[in-house]
Amino acid sequence: MRLPPKYTQMTAVAVLAGATLVTLAALFFIIVFVLHKGLPVVSWRFLFTNPQEMGRAGGIFPTLVGSVLLPLLGIAIAMPLGVGTAVYLTEYTRETKVTQVIRFGTDCLAGIPSIIFGLFGFIFFVVILRMGWSLLSGGLTLAIMILPTIIRTSEEAIRAVPYAYREVSFSLGATRWETVVKVVLPNALPGIVTGLMLGIGRCISETAAVIFTAGSSLRLPQSAFDSVRTMAVHFYILAREGLSNENAYGTAAVLILAVLLVNLTAYWLMHRFIARRTK
Amino acid sequence: MKFNREKLVERLLLVVALSAMAALALIAVFIFKEGVPFLLEVGPRQFLLSSDWRPQEGRFGVYPMIVASLWVTLGAMLIGAPLGVAGAIFLNEFVPRWVMRIIKPTIELLAGIPSVVFGFIGVVVLAPLIRAHLGGPGLSVLAGAVVLGIMVLPTVISISTDAISAVPNSYREGALALGATRWQAVHMVVLKAARSGIVASLILAMGRAVGETMAVIMVAGNAVKVPHSVLDSVRTLTANIALEMGYATGKHREALFATGVVLFVVVMILNSIATAAVRRRFGTKGTRK
Repeated sequence: MRLPPKYTQMTAVAVLAGATLVTLAALFFIIVFVLHKGLPVVSWRFLFTNPQEMGRAGGIFPTLVGSVLLPLLGIAIAMPLGVGTAVYLTEYTRETKVTQVIRFGTDCLAGIPSIIFGLFGFIFFVVILRMGWSLLSGGLTLAIMILPTIIRTSEEAIRAVPYAYREVSFSLGATRWETVVKVVLPNALPGIVTGLMLGIGRCISETAAVIFTAGSSLRLPQSAFDSVRTMAVHFYILAREGLSNENAYGTAAVLILAVLLVNLTAYWLMHRFIARRTK
Repeated sequence: MKFNREKLVERLLLVVALSAMAALALIAVFIFKEGVPFLLEVGPRQFLLSSDWRPQEGRFGVYPMIVASLWVTLGAMLIGAPLGVAGAIFLNEFVPRWVMRIIKPTIELLAGIPSVVFGFIGVVVLAPLIRAHLGGPGLSVLAGAVVLGIMVLPTVISISTDAISAVPNSYREGALALGATRWQAVHMVVLKAARSGIVASLILAMGRAVGETMAVIMVAGNAVKVPHSVLDSVRTLTANIALEMGYATGKHREALFATGVVLFVVVMILNSIATAAVRRRFGTKGTRK
């Protein structure tokens, strides 16, 4: 016996709507739960004082510093490489074997799990290059991790710049490089910054790749060769070793707010970028 | 003068552009250099098929971890795939555009929730529920699968949505003109046309689930044994690396790198399949969104 199409349609829509609601509910539950439990703990004192007794008491100041410095360092290293790659792919070549190799490398790199980046960063930067558990090892590892994101978003942003802009620039006698620097990149900037912000967001929330490369020292770093602990790592250690549930919730709340803020900025920028393009 | 500078810039950019490939090569070389000699020394059979993991006594068998990764990943896909694909269909076909324009970015935004937070929610909310209602230790295959299933939802929804909205509107109109209902048009025409993109989203999600580490360490319990039920505590390949890396030395450390080699190969295979699936559908544009 077959149901009339009208009823299968209604059933299907109901099921699909239910699934969508479950998805949204699950994701929102996580955010609301963490903020509900964590926000009461968060205060200026919590943000700007040092942890005591391994984080059982006190604040999260050094980990806040770690979560600012490490992503910035990662971005500072990844930005020239990523944007440079995007410029090369869009402005300097057609589709050739070389670009296929580059795209293949980027796609593969994007799929590698963060724990593998952690293993690699540990053996290569920490052990072989003798950088130790440090800001530098962590930053380099994160830079490799977010490189594909930056390449892709920059490439899209650059491709979105109308070809006419370049033609005008060429017709005025500008060379390719002058055109890139003075015309293409300024126009693609919001899109590129979106990619950078998404990269920063990923760095802030990363744990596995950071804990084996940047270490987990609770002291404020004095140089690029000092170990740092990020908020994500701090939260992991607090939660896993059961040091303090209260401080764990507080750290998680700050962590989530930071990531959401960074990602929201990215989307806002992208939105503005698209709005301007389609005008 | 000017000509030379242009050439120089082009060369430099080419070098920069090869950085991603170089990084990938470095990663592969160093993980394999540490892991493969050990793998050959112990014997791949022994390493992959023995259930005896006692690093202090020189026993290295990762069979339980392989089974655990498999169970947790499949479980996550059983939860994430139907929910994610259903969400993508619903958002594309059954709600007004403006609703989708709000909800899709929201879901992508939620992809930014750190995996440690997902894991923690699993520990404080999900595990006690499982312990109370289904028995067992709570931290289990089931808890891991549910947490990972939710974690991969943004990936599935985001990429599936792109695949579904890439289906030309004329396909839908054609089906509707023949008297099909909206749902008939969707499942008979649109889904068939978007199939390879949806499959790619699922395989990419699977890659993420296999590779996820911190969330799984927190919720899956980490016992080294072959699971007999979904309520058993298990340790995945990724968890095995992360848990012991902190103090491992010598052969033990090499064994963890060998675990990394296994993981690396599995993820590469999954990603290649996904890339191939997308390429077939969209030509050379690949997985670029």
